[in-house]
Amino acid sequence: MIDITPSHYMVLSATLFMIGVIGVMVRRNIIIIFMSIELMLNAVNVNLVAFSHQWQHVTGQVFALFVIAVAAAEAAVGLGIILAFYRNKETVNIDEMNVMRW
Amino acid sequence: MDLIWLIPLLPGLGAAVNGLVGIRFFSKAQAATVACASMGLAAALSIYAFIQLLGSDARVHDVVLAVWIPTIPLETVDGIGAFRVDWAFRLDPLSGLMILVVSGIGFLIHVYSTSYMQGEPDGAYARFFCYLNLFCFFMLTLVLGANLLVMFVGWEGVGLCSYLLIGFWYHKPSACDAGKKAFIVNRIGDWGFVLGIFLIFFTFGTIDFRGVAEGAAAMPIEATEFGAISLICALLFVGAIGKSAQIPLHVWLPDAMEGPTPVSALIHAATMVTAGVYMVGRNAVLFSHAPMVMSAIAVIGALTAVMAASIGLTQTDIKRVLAYSTVSQLGYMFLATGVGAFAAGAFHLLTHAFFKALLFLGSGSVIHAMNDEQDMRRMGGLKIYMPVTFVTMLVGTLAIAGIPPLSGFFSKDEILFRTFLHNRALWALAVLTAAMTAFYMFRLIAMTFYGEYRGPAWEHNGSGHGGDEAHAAADDGHGRGAWHGPHESPSAMTGPLMLLAIGAIVVGFVGIPAALGGGNAIEQFLEPSFTASATLAEVETGAEGEAGAVVGEPVDAEHEMSRAGELGLMALSILVALGGIALAHRLYIARPELAEAWRARGAGVHRVLLNKYYVDELYHGTVVRGTMSSGRGLWRFDGLVVDGAVNGASWLTRASAKCSQLFDTYIVDGVVNLVGWSAWEGSFSVRRLQTGLIQNYALVTVLGVFVFVSVYVFVR
Repeated sequence: MIDITPSHYMVLSATLFMIGVIGVMVRRNIIIIFMSIELMLNAVNVNLVAFSHQWQHVTGQVFALFVIAVAAAEAAVGLGIILAFYRNKETVNIDEMNVMRW
Repeated sequence: MDLIWLIPLLPGLGAAVNGLVGIRFFSKAQAATVACASMGLAAALSIYAFIQLLGSDARVHDVVLAVWIPTIPLETVDGIGAFRVDWAFRLDPLSGLMILVVSGIGFLIHVYSTSYMQGEPDGAYARFFCYLNLFCFFMLTLVLGANLLVMFVGWEGVGLCSYLLIGFWYHKPSACDAGKKAFIVNRIGDWGFVLGIFLIFFTFGTIDFRGVAEGAAAMPIEATEFGAISLICALLFVGAIGKSAQIPLHVWLPDAMEGPTPVSALIHAATMVTAGVYMVGRNAVLFSHAPMVMSAIAVIGALTAVMAASIGLTQTDIKRVLAYSTVSQLGYMFLATGVGAFAAGAFHLLTHAFFKALLFLGSGSVIHAMNDEQDMRRMGGLKIYMPVTFVTMLVGTLAIAGIPPLSGFFSKDEILFRTFLHNRALWALAVLTAAMTAFYMFRLIAMTFYGEYRGPAWEHNGSGHGGDEAHAAADDGHGRGAWHGPHESPSAMTGPLMLLAIGAIVVGFVGIPAALGGGNAIEQFLEPSFTASATLAEVETGAEGEAGAVVGEPVDAEHEMSRAGELGLMALSILVALGGIALAHRLYIARPELAEAWRARGAGVHRVLLNKYYVDELYHGTVVRGTMSSGRGLWRFDGLVVDGAVNGASWLTRASAKCSQLFDTYIVDGVVNLVGWSAWEGSFSVRRLQTGLIQNYALVTVLGVFVFVSVYVFVR
């Protein structure tokens, strides 16, 4: 059985992050985009916890907990915005969300 | 005696009160009261001072009021001298005589004016008395001044007042012109006077009269060469010529008759015009040292006398006759001073002041009675209408003609006698003048008072016309309402006339010559003023050799002349005067048609005389026209060159400003606008980046992070 090294964690984290990034950039449904953002946050959490374990230092875990808390708050605010948007536009397509331009 | 400075100051105060308050607020009575009271007080003070002067041994009294110009080092002929001027007044026989004349006759003329000027509005009335008082202030300053500069203050001041009073009726262009003429002609004289003062300080190191006299007495008489003293005297005499209207500056005095008649009497007959004679007398010692200038003075005096008298023969304006007579009599005074008879000149000044003021005031009374008519051809027969004026004027006329025992006889005869001793040709001219004087003065009397009335008809007071009331109104304020024919003047005018007539009769008695058993009191009285040693009584004997030789020269000559000769000359001058009178009587009373015939026969001469020898025309053609055309030339130079330069400078400024404006508009503003424009234009292409699509922004962000991380990882 091979040891799980920080590199593995980092590869996992990077993969997750890239999936999130690509999701944000290519999907049109705003809910999916939102989920992709959550994916990126959690990729970061994986990294933090991995290094916390590696260096036997609690700071990373504490930080991850903070990220989870902030993500929860962000989810609340973001879903509120999406709801308000939907009430105006009757859609959750990101391409319709383009009034902030020249 | 220490209060002599009050004598000029009182009329000055009167002038200040009338000028500052009176013109706005005073009624006629108030203005007249202030003016007459100040003059009356000054006259009383003058008489008091004169009596004290007669009583005291010292003949000179100085009062130094204040320092005017503190000591200044100035260059003189003997190195650096101290130029210092005090407000100093000096009472000596000559100035004592003058203050009596000025304040006494001045007071009478003030009283006369209260009635004569009654027709003026209140403001003008107070203004008139303000000027008249101011004149007396300056005239008294002039005669009392102890140095040349204080005298000069008065000298200029009387010139100013003369100008103001000649132009008193300033709405009349002729009066304005006459005032300007008097002022400008006097400037020429003042130029000489000022230069004379400068040269006096440079030569003697002082401008105090006494110091100058002592300095001059110590210098030799410039009998042959024309030295410093001669130059000083010539310059001073230029001043005297201007002020006393001698040839060639006599032209202003006849025109000065545009002023009110009391002004003519006071300023242009009795006082101001004699200032020139007074000034020469004041500097008698100086002039005695310049025999060449003295000769010139005598010649100019004699020529002026004869020329003015000949003009007077033909004039028809009553005041102009008197004006030329004044010029002529002033010529007599200068003739007297020119032959060294300073006392005779001053004596004639005194008597002339009385009879000429009397004649002028009488002519004023006539003019007043004739409703401002001055042309003698429209008078005549006034004897019955105004007896007081007639009698007093007749007295004045007899006095000026030189009929004994009136005052003019003594003074004129003294001058003729002294001139006879000096130079027979000048004496002949003077006798000719005397004959002409008698003629034109009696011509004046004949045309005015004798013959038939030739004036305009007047509205007779009808019985149903409310005659008494109208007459009272006419007596009250003249110039208002209908004219009711010639009438005697009110007592405020006839009173001074009578007093002056008495003066014209008796004032000659102070100078009865030795030949008639008199002591010639005035000559002895005035003697100290004309000698250098007048300051100290005891020096008088010591300095006899110096001063006595100068002034005493004619006295020596007098001894050579027998008393019979003097009496003969007197008889001759009386005969000449009577001849003139007889001729005037024949031509203008007995056979008036003869005068016409004579005028026709001598038409050319008559025209020349009537036009005053064309001197005015000559001056107008040369001096006035030259001045005007040079002024016009300067004006053109001003307009073309000076204004051109100024305008050119302004044009240049404007042009450069225009350039600067163009630079600003097109270059500076252009750059600014270019920046704005390029930002504007650039924004059209760049703003397309702002798509509003979040995923575009996210892509750019990710790419950016990728680029940065790549640079960080690979390039570093």
